Amino acid sequence: MIEWVNAVVQGILLGGLYALFAAGLSLIFGVMRLVNIAHGDLIILAAYLGLTTTTMLGVHPFVALLIVVPAMAGIGYVIQRGLLNQTLGPDILPPLLVTFGLSVILQNALLEGYTADPQKLSGGVIETASVNVGGMALGVLPLLTFGIAVAVIAGLQWMFYSTALGRGFRAVSDNQDIAQLMGLNKAHVFGLAMALALAVTAIAGILLGIRTSFDPSIGGGRLIFGFEAVIIGGLGNLWGTLAGGVILGVAQTIGAKIDPGWQVLAGHIAFLVVLAVRPNGLFPRVSH
Amino acid sequence: MSAPIVTRATRASRNAMVIGAVALIILAAAPWWAGRADMRLMSEIFLYLSLACLWNLMAGYAGLVSVGQQAFVGFGGYMLFALTIWGGLHPLVAIPLGGVLAAILSIPIATLIFRLKGAYFAIGTWVVAEVFRLSFAQVGALGGGSGSSLPVGIVKSLAASRSGREALSYWLALGSAVVIIGAVYLFLRSRRGLALTAIRDSEVAASGLGIDIWRTKLEVYVVTSAFTAVIGGLIFLQKLRISPDAAFSVNDWTAFVIFIVVIGGIGTLEGPIIGTLLFFLLRETLADFGTIYLLVLGAVAIIVMLKAPKGVWGLVRDRFDLELFPLSYRVRQQPNQKGP
Repeated sequence: MIEWVNAVVQGILLGGLYALFAAGLSLIFGVMRLVNIAHGDLIILAAYLGLTTTTMLGVHPFVALLIVVPAMAGIGYVIQRGLLNQTLGPDILPPLLVTFGLSVILQNALLEGYTADPQKLSGGVIETASVNVGGMALGVLPLLTFGIAVAVIAGLQWMFYSTALGRGFRAVSDNQDIAQLMGLNKAHVFGLAMALALAVTAIAGILLGIRTSFDPSIGGGRLIFGFEAVIIGGLGNLWGTLAGGVILGVAQTIGAKIDPGWQVLAGHIAFLVVLAVRPNGLFPRVSH
Repeated sequence: MSAPIVTRATRASRNAMVIGAVALIILAAAPWWAGRADMRLMSEIFLYLSLACLWNLMAGYAGLVSVGQQAFVGFGGYMLFALTIWGGLHPLVAIPLGGVLAAILSIPIATLIFRLKGAYFAIGTWVVAEVFRLSFAQVGALGGGSGSSLPVGIVKSLAASRSGREALSYWLALGSAVVIIGAVYLFLRSRRGLALTAIRDSEVAASGLGIDIWRTKLEVYVVTSAFTAVIGGLIFLQKLRISPDAAFSVNDWTAFVIFIVVIGGIGTLEGPIIGTLLFFLLRETLADFGTIYLLVLGAVAIIVMLKAPKGVWGLVRDRFDLELFPLSYRVRQQPNQKGP
């Protein structure tokens, strides 16, 4: 019995990581209705940037965040203004195909730069440290990841509803043309949204890199996990995205408990079941 | 006074048809003039051309942008193996049967993922493909995660000699490309094709004219899935070996196909043909550079999408008003007092 409780708790904590994968995706979709197929590869790019920073400067991956987060934010702003802004419009094909092309480019550029060998970020003692809660040993890293996910989503929520920047995001999300008339430069606002999304992605990438090994080919899988968390939780609802991540994580750990080969499959099946039963997700956004 | 006449065929399209027919005869005779390696390459070209035409029908006409067609390529491949090994069927029976099974399977899948719109539909199709990959990796009798080979007896049942088998699989690849291009062409010229073109141009206007959009899209999805599975069967009949990662590869069966269609010209029949030729030209030239060629391919696709969203064929058509497959109607003034 305790094993199953343990699996559920581990799944909840894993869900924090998936929520971090998803938060950037959800933010971009909310602001500019863009679905970024390259999102997973950007997570992996952040992990590799973390790898380069830690090996060159000899610092802990958490310290590397000080470099990787601004770097990813900068990359996001440049990609958005230089490339993705040109694709936005009523036709869904250009953004989809351009981000798909970007995904292939990123994957192969990483392959060229870092080879296909699996890499890992070394987190030191934190990787193996654990605390004992009610007879279960909980890893400090998963707990920390979950805490960071909650903090990031709370921060995004606050930013979205209580700051001038968030007001700008909501304004262009509601009506781009009128927002433009009100003096907002939508190209700049979209750039900032992508910068923020990739800053979150940077955190997700570093935490992923400490938790498991990674190689250039795994981006697509991370995109799918993030996407499933968004859809399970309900589009446009950030706390829903956290819940979606948790449901996905729990489905995976329970699946793995039944048969190790079923871990990822169980997550996909949970997603398809939610899609069949509640097409709009479990917690669809009611209003702004 | 003369009455204007409406035609679809043009001189260019009639010439293209003649040239196409001649080319087809030459290609069909390839086993007598081409080497073994050339025939393998040409078979691959025909199979990619088929996949590109099918994806183009879905994405370019029905607006169903899927990044999960590898689900059906892999399914068709696995059905070839399963039906011949367990069912004892002849490969040429197993492959079309795989197509029928894919059609049946695609209906419940469509009812699920059609709930997702636009780009979310795209990622939803990818999830389905991953479910297929992970599920087939669980089937121990088909080699699980490491895959299996087609038994020699089944391979020999195609033709006794090696050259006979190679010629047969070449003709199958050529034949499937011709059948698929022909079928898509005739479909687009038909009443339903007209409905589909209307949906492509404006969903709102099409539904206002009484077109059942959901049903039309479902039909396209089901038919495309079935044909894609047949092509998948033919692909793995050539490879003779299957594994989940190869069968459900998003790069091989979707990324390349998308690039082919986008570069050639999405939403046209000529586009996939031009795109396939350009793709293989690029691949054969840059093959020595490894991953660089994928970088170039991705960059070319992005540039085409941004600068010339109608692709290479779109540029040609806008410049010269050419149409090799006559789909649109043209109004022509009949010359005065001449002709019958």
